[in-house]
Amino acid sequence: MAQPLTKEIVTKVAHLARLKLTDGELDLFTTQLGQVLGYVELLNELDTSAVEPMAHVADIANVFRDDELQPSLPRTAALSNSPKTDGKYFIVPQILEEG
Amino acid sequence: MYYETIIGLEVHVQLLTQTKIFCGCTSAFNPDNPNTQTCPVCLGLPGSLPVMNRKAFRLSLKTALALNCDIARFTKWDRKQYYYPDLPKGYQISQYDLPFSSHGFVEIDTDIEKGETKRVRLIRAHLEEDAGKNMHDESGRGHDSHVDLNRAGTPLLEIVSEPDLRSAAEAKKYLEELKLLLTYIGVSDCNMQEGSLRCDANVNLWVHTDDGQKIATPIVEIKNLNSFRGVEQAIEFEVARQIEEWEKTHAKIGDVPKQTRGWDANRCVTFAQRGKEEASDYRYFPDPDLTPVTVSDEFFAEVKAEICELPASRRRRYRADLGLSHYDADVIVSQGDRFTLYFEQVAKLCGDGKQAANWLTQDVQRELNARNLGVDTFPIRPEVLGGLLQRVTANQLTVKSAREVFAALLTDHDTAYEKDIRADLSTSRVEQIIAERGLAVLTDASAITQVIADVIARNPKPVADFKSGKQAAVGSLIGQIMKELKGADAKLVRQMLIDELSKP
Repeated sequence: MAQPLTKEIVTKVAHLARLKLTDGELDLFTTQLGQVLGYVELLNELDTSAVEPMAHVADIANVFRDDELQPSLPRTAALSNSPKTDGKYFIVPQILEEG
Repeated sequence: MYYETIIGLEVHVQLLTQTKIFCGCTSAFNPDNPNTQTCPVCLGLPGSLPVMNRKAFRLSLKTALALNCDIARFTKWDRKQYYYPDLPKGYQISQYDLPFSSHGFVEIDTDIEKGETKRVRLIRAHLEEDAGKNMHDESGRGHDSHVDLNRAGTPLLEIVSEPDLRSAAEAKKYLEELKLLLTYIGVSDCNMQEGSLRCDANVNLWVHTDDGQKIATPIVEIKNLNSFRGVEQAIEFEVARQIEEWEKTHAKIGDVPKQTRGWDANRCVTFAQRGKEEASDYRYFPDPDLTPVTVSDEFFAEVKAEICELPASRRRRYRADLGLSHYDADVIVSQGDRFTLYFEQVAKLCGDGKQAANWLTQDVQRELNARNLGVDTFPIRPEVLGGLLQRVTANQLTVKSAREVFAALLTDHDTAYEKDIRADLSTSRVEQIIAERGLAVLTDASAITQVIADVIARNPKPVADFKSGKQAAVGSLIGQIMKELKGADAKLVRQMLIDELSKP
């Protein structure tokens, strides 16, 4: 049995996902996600000791492309989803490097 | 009590592909035209799917083999999740628990004169994608950052060493050797200015106390070092800082979380950066968009066969087979693959490795530097230089005369170049110069005997001085004889002169 889902874990995961949750949401999601995990937990009832770990759902390997140039997007198209741009760069709020 | 410095390096190498790792955008360095080399895949737009670049995997495999790594026959890619504006998908595609290679090593010279080497073990090498580039506004606080995604998705090989390095100088040496090896096998241009070779250094101390304890201090990771000098200086600074820190706090490894620091090359200091998220916080999981890769015996053998002789092996061969010193072998091999090919051709033709090494490291290197040329465009070709030096080896030409011929050939070339024509710098031109200038060593004893007799006849005073016991008098006679004979062997002339004068 995996460790039960706590509010602390949900807070941490929310932080890693850069999500701000209200206290009400935190309670709600802790309950809901706990139920989801509990459901998935049912899989642990199966004996998988003789099953090879699976790296991919499709049983295929070695899908490659050749190292050949394809046209890139025009810059205007590349930047078109940017909330803020000067026509050359994506512009984001300043990232503080120094702590 | 004493301190031991413990260093491990993580090196990121950009692979020499035309296109990015998962899409057909060019991977060329192009910071002047930001965001012109992107597509839905490297922008991380919904619905796009990455497909692995075959060449990127092949070059990775080639590198890992050259680094003596074990190759995994089954490998996969994972998502490493973190939020940063230069990472459009919100995760980096990298390799977590099944990297394609592990357990390699690089041998470095720790003392060239003494021929001492050290084996730096490698934990693993794995293939991943690069992020884009953030440009921070340096004018002040509260401004925006600019993001250029041209670099996002460039194939990177990450090479992680064990903490086997014990000084800043050793770390630099390791990086230099790694760069040389990567350039020899042609997997990266290793252009550090353009960020093709970057390095993070993990540094801490072992404090050896007087009562025989060994205490490890907290590990600090210095990020994004992009020059050999930067690596050396940053580690030196960090060691001094950590000693001070230890003396102040006595903090041991595990007492504080691992710290990430940046390197300010202008102020020559490291500075604290954002706290690094714990490895488990990256929440790796297998990327369902990519299929695993298996390496067949055929593919393995094919790539292995492509690897040329590596720098360390060439150094050994030059010492063992050509009689070169550790120093000379190192200087020649450090000049790169093309230079060694030129050298080997000259050495083979002239039959004297040491002689060839002297010429290559002095005369040729000097001209290449002065002319800002690579060895492939040097006007005197190896077969001509080899032939010229073969005459020196065979005592048909003195080293001094060979230098005169060498200079004459270059003058020919320069004169022709100014007239926009091509000079004849062939072996027959070498023969012509030797003949024109009378540089051939006279081995014809009768000709030498004749000149000796003439000079003795013209110089009764020095001859008399010599006969009365003044050995030094012979010097001026030899000078005159050599001047008349030009290319004669001075040793032989001296012996013949003394024999002549010593006759009763």
